Formats: sequence, structure tokens, C-alpha cells
Amino acid sequence: MSTHHIRATINGTSYEGDVDSRLLLVHWIRDVLRLTGTHIGCDTTSCGACTILVDGKATKSCTMFAVQADGRDIMTVEGLEQNGKLHPLQEGFHEKHALQCGYCTPGMMMTSLALLRRNPNPTEQEIRVAISGNLCRCTGYVNIVKAVQYAAEKMRESAEVPVSAGEGGE
Amino acid sequence: MIPGSFDYLVAGSVPEAVALLEQHGDDAKILAGGQSLIPLLRFRLAAPSVLIDINRVPDLEYIQETDGTLHIGALTREAELDASDLIRNRYPILRDTASVVADPVVRNWATVGGNLAHADPANDHPATMLALGAQVVAVGPGGQRVIPIAEFFTDSTFETTLRPNEILTEIRIPAPTAHSGGAYFKLERKVGDYAIAGVAAYITLDDNGNLTYAGIGLTNVGPAPIKARDAEQALLGKPLDDAAIHHAAALAAAAAKPTSDLRGPAEYKRDMVRTLTVRALRKAQARAAGATGGEQS
Repeated sequence: MSTHHIRATINGTSYEGDVDSRLLLVHWIRDVLRLTGTHIGCDTTSCGACTILVDGKATKSCTMFAVQADGRDIMTVEGLEQNGKLHPLQEGFHEKHALQCGYCTPGMMMTSLALLRRNPNPTEQEIRVAISGNLCRCTGYVNIVKAVQYAAEKMRESAEVPVSAGEGGE
Repeated sequence: MIPGSFDYLVAGSVPEAVALLEQHGDDAKILAGGQSLIPLLRFRLAAPSVLIDINRVPDLEYIQETDGTLHIGALTREAELDASDLIRNRYPILRDTASVVADPVVRNWATVGGNLAHADPANDHPATMLALGAQVVAVGPGGQRVIPIAEFFTDSTFETTLRPNEILTEIRIPAPTAHSGGAYFKLERKVGDYAIAGVAAYITLDDNGNLTYAGIGLTNVGPAPIKARDAEQALLGKPLDDAAIHHAAALAAAAAKPTSDLRGPAEYKRDMVRTLTVRALRKAQARAAGATGGEQS
């Protein structure tokens, strides 16, 4: 087994360490770095509870080795809140009751964040397709979709502020 | 679940990957998107002693149409294929396929090359590539060779005709000609599951409406991806009317070798092949009625 020295930026902070080649990224994040907001659900690349952003792409962190993340830019659920203020997605999940047990929530929010960065104004169908790799066994998804719509609206509003000149607007 | 031990090596180029394969032979596996391989390692269904990561090889991710051929770099992610305007407009059968591979998060890393090289009969691209009459490019120590997709798969699960020291670098697909079109239909229990059955069909018609090309590939109804040759042959030289469609669908169903499992009894799967073949041929026909075989959707 090979050991590798890796360095990655997670939520804006640089982390480094020695990892065994077989260490999964989710285990590095949770067990070594103690960023336990990212969950492990199925361990079979099915449920999406471990979803994080790797170089901006929604990624099941149980399906990537830590060594593969060397030099990459990672964002986990801990990166959503800024200066004590909830991210619009977190706010939306709270306001719309988009969780019951909450186990899928971190992954659900990270997948949704990737969607909203790519598509600031998704249709309900686009939201449902985007989160179809993230399983929720409590909510039936209805309120999750509402929460993402809530966040989309909030994020569009705040994004519109600096774009006052020129085109912009709806 | 923790994978077994292995040495992790990074290939910075295709020649480097080939050299590493030469050095480690059968003990080594190429790590591309990893969305099939890493689960297999976690379950310890595979235990290679060396992984050769090609994710940092530049210039293996591209989708280009040149000189009447579509070139897809082996490392092209399913999500890129799904989002490509060229694919949407000119190769809707590929979008049909990419958009049903696993789930959207998996598709961010899963690669087209890996979907083929893994040679899982449950994977979706093999059937589509068989229908399209694609070719794959394999690079080894002696240079590259081009393999017709029908000669790439064998009759055995997870087996291809790639040599242990070869790496798949590109998929080539003939550009659509006039009156050609295709479609892929996958019946699945839920997003992310393998197909209960899947059927890809691709056709070309002449100016009189008679078929000059028919390709039909089947997903997850046998130990390997299946090319429904009898069904293809039966369609050639004739118009694609209802009788021809149903005859071909019956022949495609006969070519399937499904087994009974949690996804359903063999008889049901065989009948789904028949139904899906009808649908795929009808959709292929509708798309062929367009100028380029493409559609705006």
C-alpha cells in the first residue's frame, strides 16, 4: 500500500496530511479532519448523503479516494454558513421544513448548491432531476423542492444587487 | 466499507499510463471516473494491487465532430455528454443514454470510456455504441489500434478484447447522414438503478424510405452487451412499417438471454426487450425524419 502526502483546500482552509492510498475522501474529511457535517449513508454510491463539491462539482465523497483530492478545492456543508449567517439553502431547508431526520440534508444541500450555481432559476422538474441521486427517506421530497426554490429566489435577489447596471434583471 | 490495499500511481499522459500498465500487467487497473471501480473495491469484488489514475491526463476529455466522425475522449464525463449542445442537436441517442447512467451526481465523474471498458452488461453505453456501430481506439506499447465495438465486447461479463497493456482513449461514431436517427430506452425501477432492460436502436433510410442501416443493442439482458443481429438484418432493404418493427422487436427479444432476479423474471425482461425495441425504433424513425437526426428539446 502506498502512502501519499496530500494538500487540499476545504471551505477556504488549507489542509494537508499523509493518507493511505485506499482512504476514501469521506473518511479523510470526517475521521481525520473531523469535519463531520458530511454524512456516510449507504457506502454503495447510491444515497448521496456524502455529497460534497470537488472543484465545484457535486461529488459522492465515498466514491473518491482522498489521494485523488490532492490539490483540489473542496466545499462541504460546513462551508455554507458565513459569519454566523445561514446560507439561503440552509435557511430554505429550515423555513420549508425540508428535513425530518436530517441525515440526507448535508448532501442534499451540496447537490442543490451545485445546481443553483449552474442554473439560478431551475424549474421544479430540473430540481427533481438534479437531486435524484440524493435519497431522502423521510420527506417525500416535496418540501426539499420548496426549500431549493426558496433558496433560488433568495440567491437571485442577492445576486441582482451588484448587477444593477447593464442588462440583468428577470 | 474499506477497500483492500493497493498502490496508487498517477499517469500524467497516455504513454505514461501504458508504461505503467506494461510494468504492472494484470495486477493493475485504470482508475478513470471510479464510479463503478471504487464501489467494486469497497465490496472487495475487485482487488487490483495497483491503481493507475488517469484523471489528470490532459486532453482525454473532448467531444468533437470532424471529417464525418464524432470523437469522444475516453475521459469525457457523462455530465458533459448530457450537457453538450452538439450531442443534443446531432446525437440525441447519446443524450438519451448519458442522461440515464446512474444518477446526476455520479455522472459528474463517471466517464464514457469507463462505461465501455468496464464491460458491465448492465451499463448503458455498450448497447448504444453497438447500435451506432461505434469504434474504440486502444493505445498500447506498439501504438494505437481501432476496434469495432462489436469486436470490443466478448460473450463474458466484464471482459473486453483490450490487452492488459492497452488503454481505451477514444470512442468514434459515424456522424449522422440524411434520414438517420436513433434512440435509447431504459426501463429502470428507480433513478440510479441498473436497467431491468434497455434497448438502443439506430437506423438510416435511403431516399425511398428503405433501411440501409439498422443497429440494435440490448442492455442487461445477458452476460454481456448484446447486438441483436437477426433483428438488424431483418430490417435492411425494407421500409420501417409496423410489421417490420414488430418482426424486428420479436427477433431482438429472441436474442436476449435474461435471467430471473430481483428486477423481474426472465420472461418479463424478454417481453420488455420486445416493447422497448418497438419504442426505440419508432423514436429513431421520428428522429430520422428530421434533417440531421437531431432534435431540439
